[in-house]
Amino acid sequence: MATATASKSTLNTRDRLLDILAKGWAYFFLLAMVLFFSATGPGFFSVNNFSNILVTSTLVALMAIGQTYVVITSGIDLSIGWTVGLASVVSARSMRDLVNGGMDIGPAMLLGVSMALLVSLIPGIINGILIARVKVPAFIATLGMYGIVRGAAFLLTDGQQVIGNLPDGLREVLRALGNGSLLYYVPEQGFVWFARPDNLPPQVIRGVASLLPYPVIVTAVVVVVFAFILGRTQFGRHTYAIGGNPDAATRAGINVKNHLLWIYVLSAFTAGIAGVMHSFRFTAGAPQAGEAALLQSVAAVVIGGTSLFGGEGKISGAVIGAVIIGVLQTGLVILNVDSIWQFIVVGVVIIVAVLVNQAQAALERLRTTNG
Amino acid sequence: MAEIILSATGVHKHFGGLIALNSVDFQVERGEVVALLGDNGAGKSTLIKCISGVYRPEGGHISFDGQDITGRAPSAIRDAGIETIYQDLALAENLDVGANVFLGKEKKKTILGFIRVTDDDYMRQEAVKVLDRLDIHIPSLKQRLVNLSGGQRQAVAIARAIYWNARLVIMDEPTAALGVPEQRKVLALVRSLRDQGIPIILISHTMTDVLEVADRCVVMRRGRVAANLPKGQFDAEILVKHIVGAGDLSA
Repeated sequence: MATATASKSTLNTRDRLLDILAKGWAYFFLLAMVLFFSATGPGFFSVNNFSNILVTSTLVALMAIGQTYVVITSGIDLSIGWTVGLASVVSARSMRDLVNGGMDIGPAMLLGVSMALLVSLIPGIINGILIARVKVPAFIATLGMYGIVRGAAFLLTDGQQVIGNLPDGLREVLRALGNGSLLYYVPEQGFVWFARPDNLPPQVIRGVASLLPYPVIVTAVVVVVFAFILGRTQFGRHTYAIGGNPDAATRAGINVKNHLLWIYVLSAFTAGIAGVMHSFRFTAGAPQAGEAALLQSVAAVVIGGTSLFGGEGKISGAVIGAVIIGVLQTGLVILNVDSIWQFIVVGVVIIVAVLVNQAQAALERLRTTNG
Repeated sequence: MAEIILSATGVHKHFGGLIALNSVDFQVERGEVVALLGDNGAGKSTLIKCISGVYRPEGGHISFDGQDITGRAPSAIRDAGIETIYQDLALAENLDVGANVFLGKEKKKTILGFIRVTDDDYMRQEAVKVLDRLDIHIPSLKQRLVNLSGGQRQAVAIARAIYWNARLVIMDEPTAALGVPEQRKVLALVRSLRDQGIPIILISHTMTDVLEVADRCVVMRRGRVAANLPKGQFDAEILVKHIVGAGDLSA
C-alpha cells in the first residue's frame, strides 16, 4: 500500500492532467467536436439536431456493443453488417406477409420481430462453431459469413434493394415507434409524453423537440444490460480472461469454446436488434442496412479504447466512439463538406485513436515500473 | 523419516522409438524441496508431465497421498492437490490479483435479489490474505498483473495454487526469466511454502538456486534417475558431474 500512495503523490499536477487526458481523451475529443461544430455549423447546436445525431448513432452503437465483446476476446466479426440487413429484411417481410395474410398488426409485429432476432442468431452460431470448434481464424470465418449472409439477405428480397409495400396500418405503427419519442417538448404546451400532438401550427412544429427518441431508449437499455454483463458478471470476467490469456482461461477450467460461441451469438444478436430498428425507422427492409456501419462499428470500438489485441475494452467507450462518428458525419454535412471527406476524417480519427491508446498504455507501464 | 506424499515407481514412457522415461522411481516427502535436474532431453519434463497428467505413462504407478493417480486427467490431478506452475504462469495479465486467484472459480454475490455478479471486494481480500501468508505485499491490488514485476506475478501464481489447497507444487524454471533481486524473492517464496509444509518439486538449470533451497536433488540422465542426493551430499561440482555423466562408463 505504501509504495502505491507514494508513487501517486509524487505525480505532479501536469502528469495527473496528462493522465486524465489520456484516459478520457475520447470524451474530450467528443466535447471539442461538439463545441467546434456548434460554433461553426449553423443549426448544429439544437436539441433536435443532438437527438438526431443520437438516433443516427444507434445503428453503429448497437453493432459496436457486440463487436466490443468479440474484440476483447481478440476476435473480429466482419459479418454483422449483413446480419443487420438480414434482420431488417426478415422483420419487414414477415410483418408484411403476416399482416397481408390477415393477422392483426400487434401480433404480426411481435412475431416478425422475434423471427428476425432468431434468424439473426444463425450467422452468429455458425461463426462461433467455426471459430471456437473448427479453429478457423475469426477474420476468415466472419469474412465468409459476410458473403453468405449478404447473399441470404438478397435472396429474401428476391434480389430487390428493399422490402417495401408495407400495408398502411403497419407502416403507421412502425413509423410512430421508429421515429417517435417518449417525451416531447412543445412550445407553449410544455412536456408531452408518447406522441406529438396533432394539428399544431407550423411555427410551433418547428420548435417541437424530441427529447427521448424510442430508438435511443432501446439502445440505451441494450447498452446498460451488456455493459453490466461485461463489467460485473462472471461471463464478463471470463470474456476478459479469454482475451488476456486463452491458455490460462482453459487451464483455470473456463469452457473457452462454449464461451466464444456465445460471444459471436451475442455479436449477431445486437446486430439483429439494429436491423429490426432499421426496419422500424425506415418502414422497409433493406439488405444493405448495415453495410457502411460495419467498419464504423470497428472504428467505434477502437476509438473507445478497446485493444484489437484483446483483453481490454469497455462498452461505454464503444458508445462514445459511435457518437463521435455520428457527430463527425452530421457536423461535416452541416458545414457543407463533401461527404467523401467523411471517410477520410473518420479514417484519420481511427488511426489517432489507436496511437493515443498505445501512448497511454506505454505511459502506464513506464509509471508503474518507475514506482 | 517424513511421510512420503508423492511416489512414482517404475514409470515408463516412450515416444515412438525414443524411450523418454525408463523405469523411473521418484518420491517426494511432506515438506521438502526436491530439485529435479538434468540436461535437455534427460526426461525431467516428461516425468513432470506424467505426474501432472499431461502425459499418460505406459508403465508404472504414481500415487499421491495414498491414492493412485496414474493416467488421470490433468484437471483431476489438480483437484487432487498437485499444482504445476509453468514458466508462462498461466495468468490473465489484463486482470487484477483477485480475479486471477479466483479465475474460473469466481466468488459471486446476489444484488437486487436475483442478479448474480462477481464479488470483487471479497476476492481481493482473500487474495491479500493468501499473499500475506507468503509474506508478499503487492502495493495496489486493483493493479492489473501486467503492471507487476515478474516475481510478484510468480507470487500470484503460487498464491492461487495454495488458495485452492495445493498440497504439492511443481515449479518449472521459476527464476529463469527474472532479474537477480526478483530471483531472491522467488526463492524466499519457495522456502516459505516449504515452511508451511507444502512440498515443492523445483525444476531448474540454475545451480545457485538449487544449492540454496533444495533439500534433496534428483538428477536425471537419458530417461533414468542418475542420482538421488540428500542434503549434505551434493554441491555444484557433484551435481554437474552427474548431469553430464562424467566418469560414468556407460555414457
